[in-house]
Amino acid sequence: MEEVKQITLHPQGRTEEYFINMGPQHPATHGVLRLLLTLDGEIIKRVDPDLGYIHRSIEKMTEHDTYRQIVHLTDRMDYLSAHINNEAVCLVVEKALELEVPDRVKVVRTILAELTRIASHLLWWGVTGMDIGALTTFMYAFRDREMINDIMEENCGARLTMNYNVPGGLMWDIHPNFQRRVKAFIKHFKTKLPEFDRLLSDNIIFRKRTEGIGVLSAEDAISFGVTGPAARASGVSCDIRKKQPYSAYDRVEFKEILDTRGDTFARYKVRIHEMWESLHIIEQLIDNIPEGDYQVKTNAVIKLPKGEYYQRVETARGELGVYVVSDGKKSPYRMKFRSPGFSNLSVIDHVARGYKVADLVAIMATFDFVIPDIDR
Amino acid sequence: MSYVGEIVHGIRTLLTGMAVTGKYFFRARKEIITQQYPDNRDQLRMFERFRGEVVMPHNENNEHRCTGCQACEIACPNGSIEIIWDRKVDEKTGKKKKYIVKHIYHLSMCTMCNLCIIACPTDAIKMAQNFENSVYDRSYLTKVLNKPGSKLMDGIDE
Ligand code: SF4
Ligand code: SF4
Repeated sequence: MEEVKQITLHPQGRTEEYFINMGPQHPATHGVLRLLLTLDGEIIKRVDPDLGYIHRSIEKMTEHDTYRQIVHLTDRMDYLSAHINNEAVCLVVEKALELEVPDRVKVVRTILAELTRIASHLLWWGVTGMDIGALTTFMYAFRDREMINDIMEENCGARLTMNYNVPGGLMWDIHPNFQRRVKAFIKHFKTKLPEFDRLLSDNIIFRKRTEGIGVLSAEDAISFGVTGPAARASGVSCDIRKKQPYSAYDRVEFKEILDTRGDTFARYKVRIHEMWESLHIIEQLIDNIPEGDYQVKTNAVIKLPKGEYYQRVETARGELGVYVVSDGKKSPYRMKFRSPGFSNLSVIDHVARGYKVADLVAIMATFDFVIPDIDR
Repeated sequence: MSYVGEIVHGIRTLLTGMAVTGKYFFRARKEIITQQYPDNRDQLRMFERFRGEVVMPHNENNEHRCTGCQACEIACPNGSIEIIWDRKVDEKTGKKKKYIVKHIYHLSMCTMCNLCIIACPTDAIKMAQNFENSVYDRSYLTKVLNKPGSKLMDGIDE
């Protein structure tokens, strides 16, 4: 907080606080999010996020959609983890119906979820570099992400809003080219990932912009409900894939990436390592996709038994919880999504205080907000 | 780190990064993935599963497979499909039977979720790979999928 002292030594002996709007249309907010900053000079005194610019009331819409239709709405929450969101809804429906899906479905879902995670982290890596001023990273990240998008497009029929999961399995069987393409991607990406480190991670300017900036302690991460890579960078072990394994995560071997520094650079590092781990998971599964059905038959109209159901999954940003209250009808009585973005945003005021406006951009970048996920 | 040491270290990391970009500068041609989009339209092939818009295939006798059962209308999450149907006497059986008058499809509201295609019991509709849907007025995006004067193929029943 030395900077604050310097500012109070103003010639007139005092400074005045003032407000500034960051967003709703601002390149660093990655969507329509408005941050109301209270500043003293360039030092941040307070950050008030103002949400709702892209609110579509998805939770309300679920109350008159059938369970099959709800799946495709979740594509539009965290659009970079669309497949994982779909999976969460399907898992909660399957849990309520006590449906055991075939192994083939579990494995394919896991592979696609990890591909989604890599694609999401790749986009994040590109825009983080760009937010901090390194434009090249964006091009490199999109080059590799394009390969995943092609896999998704060939196998699921869409690049972002896949809607490939249906309650009880998958919409179609995997495409004949799927395994070959995924293997080609792994081979390609393994040569590119070290390049990312050389290009950005070790760069002196990037290090100076990120190290020691926006420190989040483990206690604060827990009390604010921060999850995902942002919490793991502070040393909070919170990976749902480890804690409550779903799909095929119990049959693969992978490490939960933890860091203890809790600063912007630690959050960056955790995500880079997570991409390696995701590659490792896919490698274990891609040659061992079990034979079997890609779907179990469900009734045309799915009705969940009366009761409450909850399922957590790990998206690229953290913990997504789906809570369903069913009264036995074909639509849920209430459906609540606990989205990782919303909880992670709540900590931004706490983390950004005392740093400069330019640091806020770096902090925002490594929390990796997806605004439709925050607003829903 | 000493002042000079830091400068040397800084320059070294900058050069490491520039070696990466420099490598691509000289051998970029091998890894170009950018497509010259409007120019390569003729060669452009979308994947067969790609979901672009809902279409109803007709055969050469202007016949389709749609019975007007409304399953797609019910399956659609956002009301993109409207079925206008009627009943008429079937010549063969002499019974009154449902038939489709208009299968109205609002492309402007469709989210390409594929639920209608799955729901259709007679495979009357499918997804086309067309993605160039920009028009000057929204009303152009409301389409009638069954062609004028078309009728149901023989042997298709609900
Ligand atoms: S693809 Fe989905 S949104 Fe579009 S018409 Fe079919 S059911 Fe409706
Ligand atoms: S397109 Fe298929 S589901 Fe829709 S009304 Fe025709 S036959 Fe029924």
